[in-house]
Amino acid sequence: MSKVKGLVLDVLKPHLPNTLELANLLARQGSYRVKVTVEEVDEKTETLRVEVEGEDIDFDAIKRALTDSGASLHSIDAVVVEGGSD
Amino acid sequence: MIRQLLLLLRITRSTGIVRRYFVVNGFDGALSTLGLVMGFYVGNFSDTAVMFSACFGAAVALGISGVSSAYISESAEMKRSLAELQTSMATDLSGSPHVKAARTVPLIIALVNGLSPFCIALLIVSPLWLPSAWLPASLHLLEGCIALAFATIFLLGMFLGKVSGNLWLWSGIKAMLIAGATAGLILWLNV
Repeated sequence: MSKVKGLVLDVLKPHLPNTLELANLLARQGSYRVKVTVEEVDEKTETLRVEVEGEDIDFDAIKRALTDSGASLHSIDAVVVEGGSD
Repeated sequence: MIRQLLLLLRITRSTGIVRRYFVVNGFDGALSTLGLVMGFYVGNFSDTAVMFSACFGAAVALGISGVSSAYISESAEMKRSLAELQTSMATDLSGSPHVKAARTVPLIIALVNGLSPFCIALLIVSPLWLPSAWLPASLHLLEGCIALAFATIFLLGMFLGKVSGNLWLWSGIKAMLIAGATAGLILWLNV
């Protein structure tokens, strides 16, 4: 069974909740290491590059957390997956 | 639940609005009630039950006015802001705190806008409805109400001063001067 070890996501979110709150929320989904970089800011939104690292990332939980905070997942830009023995 | 409500206020940047409505409508309630009490005082009215009924009726009207006006206006503003945000995000924000905030925050603001004048008015006329055993024997009821009105207005001014970072004592005094001018005008017009 393969495990997702890393994700790089393109995310659009409103200004609030702020980036720090979003990063904390994502990290709490499974003790992940989360790095968020703000790439663009306009009047109402921010475009973020979200990097998530962990032993076994639950992508659905990450997606739910993004939606629950009002953010929108635009694309999965990179993935690191480790294959396990079946 | 309080934490959730504070989050909703924060993401809609409504904390300042709530504070403003509390003070503005609180001031309305305090000055209106002072006016009523001054009217009874100048007219040498002494029927406590009638005075309380009149003041209570005014307090209820101020409260309902505050709730309804704030809910209608803030609800419309929140809906508009949410629509603009959804356009910017190019997505439906259902399930997000922003949609919940658009429904809940107008209610919070409306309650503050309505309860503020209602509670302040009731506080000012408390000598008229509190059991007499709770009040000092020498207290003249209307004068007690007038003193409470001035004290409440001073506290509201002080609160504004603290919020704006100005000298709170001077803000309180300025507010009391407004109350004094109101009371003075009522006295002068009735002479």
